[in-house]
Amino acid sequence: MEPTTAPTKPQFSPAAQAEIKRLLTHYPEDRSKSALLPILHIAQAEFGGWVSPEVQNLVAETLNIKPIEVYEVSSFYTQYNLKPVGKHVLEICRTGPCMLRGSDELTEHLERITGAKVGGTSPDGTFTLKEVECLAACGFAPIVQVREKYYEQLDTPEAVDAMLNELKSLVHRPILPWEETGLPNSLKNY
Amino acid sequence: MGRKLLTEHINVEGINTFEVYRKHGGYRSVEKALKTMTPDEVVEEVKKSGLRGRGGAGFPTGMKWSFLAKPEGVPRYLVCNADESEPGTFKDRQLMSKLPHLLIEGMITGSYALGARTSYIYIRGELLYVLRILEKAIAEAYAAGFLGENILGSGYSLDLHVHPGAGAYICGEETALLESLEGKRGNPRNKPPFPAVQGLYARPTVVNNVETIAAVVPIINEGGDEYAKLGVGKSTGTKLISACGHLNKPGIYEIELGVPVEEFIYSDEYCGGIWKGRDLKAVVAGGSSVPILPKELILKTAAGENRLMTYESLSDGGFVTGTMLGSGGFIAMDETTCIVKNTWNFSRFYHHESCGQCSPCREGTGWLEKVLHRLEHGHGSMHDIDLLVSVAKQIEGNTICPLGEAAAWPVAAAVRHFRHEFEWHVTNPKEATAPGAAYRGAAVLA
Repeated sequence: MEPTTAPTKPQFSPAAQAEIKRLLTHYPEDRSKSALLPILHIAQAEFGGWVSPEVQNLVAETLNIKPIEVYEVSSFYTQYNLKPVGKHVLEICRTGPCMLRGSDELTEHLERITGAKVGGTSPDGTFTLKEVECLAACGFAPIVQVREKYYEQLDTPEAVDAMLNELKSLVHRPILPWEETGLPNSLKNY
Repeated sequence: MGRKLLTEHINVEGINTFEVYRKHGGYRSVEKALKTMTPDEVVEEVKKSGLRGRGGAGFPTGMKWSFLAKPEGVPRYLVCNADESEPGTFKDRQLMSKLPHLLIEGMITGSYALGARTSYIYIRGELLYVLRILEKAIAEAYAAGFLGENILGSGYSLDLHVHPGAGAYICGEETALLESLEGKRGNPRNKPPFPAVQGLYARPTVVNNVETIAAVVPIINEGGDEYAKLGVGKSTGTKLISACGHLNKPGIYEIELGVPVEEFIYSDEYCGGIWKGRDLKAVVAGGSSVPILPKELILKTAAGENRLMTYESLSDGGFVTGTMLGSGGFIAMDETTCIVKNTWNFSRFYHHESCGQCSPCREGTGWLEKVLHRLEHGHGSMHDIDLLVSVAKQIEGNTICPLGEAAAWPVAAAVRHFRHEFEWHVTNPKEATAPGAAYRGAAVLA
C-alpha cells in the first residue's frame, strides 16, 4: 500500500548543527568524513536513540558523502541502534570478568523485572535490554551502561532497583548532561 | 609501597581542574621540554627510561618514536589509543576521568617530541562521559596557553582533539583505530607500510596507549635515568594493574614493576586475597588474550622461582608454562570457576569482535565459540578438545592483525592447563552442566 503522505525529512536541531560545525573544525578540510562517528552519536541522541535509514541519509548529506558510506559504518559499530529502541537502553556487560561476578544472574533478573528479553524491549516501551562486551570497568562488576552513565556493582536486587527507579524518574532527554554527582562510585573512591 | 608516578595525586579534591593540577606540579614537563630541550632530546630521555608500551605489546616507546618518518613539509600526528576494551583492563578509564590533565600534558610533551601540530585522543565510544571530562580539561589547557598557537612563547603550536569510537574492540588495534578515525569501518590495515610511515591520512603517525603517554610526564620531569632505576631489569618504572574477578579488593593498583605475584594477590596492600575465603584456581594476568595459568604456575615458574610482576618473569616458560604481562588486566578466578565456561565466554567475545576481513579469524573464532558452547553444554566429544587446539593453531599467524592470536591463545592455554576439565564435561555431562558446576578435583600440571 502506498503511503498517503511522504514522511517528513529529519532535520538536526540548531544545537546539534552548532556541535557538528564545531566537530568539523577538528579535522583537515578535505578529511571531513572523519567526523562520521561523532555525528552518528549526535544523530542517535537527537532522533530517539536509533538511526533510521532516513537519519543516516541526513548524516551522509551533512558530510557530503554517499549514503552507503554511512550504512557500512553504522552496521559495523555496536553502539548504533539500527532498529527503534525503548526509552532506556540497558547495556549489560557479559564478558569474562563480569560473568565471574554474576552478570548472567543480573541479566536473568533484569529480564524478569523489566519484562524485556535480551535484544528486545519491554511491553510498555520503557526498557530495551542489550548484551554488550567488556565495558572496561571490570573491577566494579557486574555493570550496566545506560546512555552515558555506568551503574556498577549490581550484585544485589537493591542496587538494581535503585538503578531502575532512577531511570524511571528521568524525563527523556536527548543527551544526559554528565553531572558530577552522577559519577560512578569507582571514580569517586580510587 | 612503591613510588607512585602517575597516581600520586589521583584523590586530591579537584585534581581534574587545571588550577589544582597545576598547583601539584602539573605541566612542568611541558615547560621543561619546550623551554630547555630539543624534540630529539625528549625522545632520547624516553629511550633512556626504558619505557615500554603499556597497552599490551610492551614495545620500547622511545624506539617507536625514533622510527617516525619526518619528510619535510608533511604533517605528522600523535594519536592516543584510549580504546580500552581488553577484558580485564580498566586502568585508562580511571586515569582519564580522574587525571585528564595528566594525559593532556603527556600529549603536549609527546607531540612536541615528534613534531606533531595536531594530535588526537581516540576514546572508545562507551566512555562518552570521559570524553566530556577530557574536552573540559582541554578547553582549560587552551585558556591557560598550554595548547594552541605559540605555546609558552616557544614558537611551538599544537591542537588537541578527542574523537569517540562507537563500540568495537578491534579499534584498539592501531591501524583499525586509524581507519576508524578516518570515518570508516575498523578494519586493520596490512603492514607494511607501518603507521610511522603512513598512518592517519597516510601521514607519519605514532599511536600510543594512554598510560604510555601519561608516563612521559614523570620521565621528562625526573629524567629517563631516574625512571629506569625503578623496576627490575628491562621492566622499568611503574605499571597500572587493573585487578578484577574473585578478589577481596579489586581495583587499580600502581605497582613498581617487580612486585611478586603472590604478594600482589594476597597482601592487604594490594588485592587482599581471594574473596569469601576461597582458594585461587587460575589467573589471567594481562587481559583476556594472554594464556591462562593455574595457581601453581602463576605463583611460581616451572623452575620453582617466585614469579614477579614484570614482562620477563611472567613470560618465563614461553607459552608452555608462562604467560604475558600484556595490558595489566589481572583476572583472578576462585575454585568455583568453570574454566570451560570461562573459555567459551572469551571465545564468544572474540567471535563477536572479529572485524571479519580475514577468513581464518572470521570463521575460526566462530568455530571455537561453537565447539566450546557444545562442550560447555554437555554435547561435546573427546575429538572436540583436539579440534579446539587444531582450530586455534590454524588461526594463529594467519591473520592481518593480532586479534587472531588473541582469540587462539586463551583457548590453547586453557586446554593445555585444564584439559581434565574439558574431559570432565565430555565424560560427566550431567554433572558438568548443572547450574554453577565446576570441576573441583586435583589440577593436572602440564
